[in-house]
Amino acid sequence: MVLYSLTFYLFSSVAVLSALMVISAKNPVHSVLFLILSFVNASGLFVLLGAEFLAMILVVVYVGAVAVLFLFVVMMLDINFVKLREGFLQYLPFGALLGIVLVIELGILFLTDRSSNIYNNQTPLQPIVNEVENTKMIGQILYTEYFYLFQICGIILLVAMIGSITLTLRDKGGVKRQNIDSQNTVDASTAIEKKKVKIGEGI
Amino acid sequence: MTYDILITGLIIIAQILAVVVPVLISVAFLVYAERKVLALIQLRRGPNIVGPFGILQSFADALKLITKENIIPSGSNKIVFILAPIITMVLSLAGWAVIPFAPGWVVSDINVGIMYLFAVSSLGVYGIIMAGWASNSQYPFLGALRSAAQMVSYEVSIGFVIITVLLCVGSLNLSKIVLAQQTVWFAIPLLPMFIIFFISALAETNRLPFDLPEDESTLVAGFFTEYSSASFVLFFLGEYASMILMSSMTVILFLGGWLPPFDVYPLNVVPGVIWFTVKIIFILFLFIWVRGTFPRYRYDQLMRLGWKVFLPFSLFWVVATSGFLVYFDMLPN
Repeated sequence: MVLYSLTFYLFSSVAVLSALMVISAKNPVHSVLFLILSFVNASGLFVLLGAEFLAMILVVVYVGAVAVLFLFVVMMLDINFVKLREGFLQYLPFGALLGIVLVIELGILFLTDRSSNIYNNQTPLQPIVNEVENTKMIGQILYTEYFYLFQICGIILLVAMIGSITLTLRDKGGVKRQNIDSQNTVDASTAIEKKKVKIGEGI
Repeated sequence: MTYDILITGLIIIAQILAVVVPVLISVAFLVYAERKVLALIQLRRGPNIVGPFGILQSFADALKLITKENIIPSGSNKIVFILAPIITMVLSLAGWAVIPFAPGWVVSDINVGIMYLFAVSSLGVYGIIMAGWASNSQYPFLGALRSAAQMVSYEVSIGFVIITVLLCVGSLNLSKIVLAQQTVWFAIPLLPMFIIFFISALAETNRLPFDLPEDESTLVAGFFTEYSSASFVLFFLGEYASMILMSSMTVILFLGGWLPPFDVYPLNVVPGVIWFTVKIIFILFLFIWVRGTFPRYRYDQLMRLGWKVFLPFSLFWVVATSGFLVYFDMLPN
């Protein structure tokens, strides 16, 4: 039990600290690396909650794929750090507004919803052990009750994918590409042409 | 109360050591075996001076490298530069936590074992990207970019191959995946997937013919050009440990893990851990054999193979397998 609480405090404190570092680090690449650290710690918290499937999906999708491309783009950009700092005061009121709204929402949640069992239930943190694995539980509910919503999500993703491909696909002329089929079908009759060259004329 | 925690902690540390130490020792012998097999392929003798048949060569090399000066380039981003090899090494060892060596011989028998392995192997790219960026030099950066694109593309087909196996098993637990192969190893009904997985594993571990991130004829040494001494050793160890990890993943998914080939008398007396080791050695031999035989791919050919050949084929195979299982009512519960 103590070990669970210790790991909980470890994961949550590192997650919060690295989230702070994401917005305060000077170098954008460091920001992305701290973002990855906070993702990994969030997945650790999911494991503590007994949601191991969600934890692994978080690592595979966000850390393994999305954040790699993020890092890729940030590394390639030539960012002027001094210019980045200039806009700080300009955007400060907007950011502060967003922060205040979030704090008020959290406050309302904590002050009003005391009756629900989530806050009164003082059980110590421990994984919820079920008879059915939560991978199976997610599958059973996703493909029965939320089947249409799930399909709609898939279609939205497909539309986004087609959109991004059409935006980036440019068929410039004059680009030499390897055509493996035509290379493989070459034989002596198509590759070599015999010509009688007259002396003193050339082809 | 505190005494209990101490005992639990000690048991956990003992279990971790019992897995990590043999892995590190086998890395040393894998390096030796690779040099010896390559030498035999190329009609040379290979290492034969240090110890009997040169068997202690890798230990001598490691000692030599560690005692050298560790040079950190002045233009580099020092913290990230030092973190990168550590991350590579830690990730290549972290995957071993869920590998079942024999029935019950596993540090952590979690429900989502195969997902965990997939997640850890997809994190492996960070060590390389961080090394390439932090070195602040052209060749490592090019190597890092190549490696990021390559590992992300081959992960997709590895994911589909894992899904095909999971369709036949009905669980993400690695021990259950092995036990589902008691009648027949998955390498036989899913032979094309086995081949795709093996080739993708070569690409995922940056081995020849897909070692473009460290392509010495164009990029000096790729992402670890600027590394020396102990940090170089960490990259080297991490690469070989993840090679062994990928081959043990292949063995668990397709070659029946610790199970003997046939459940008959002289074969099923042999302990499971020995079968597991023999199969891993076989796959590792294939890794080395491929290195000694094939020339390096060009980068556009490598991308074409990943996206235009493996991805459509493995996607088709997922649909075909699930259709087959549903039609003949063979879906596992």
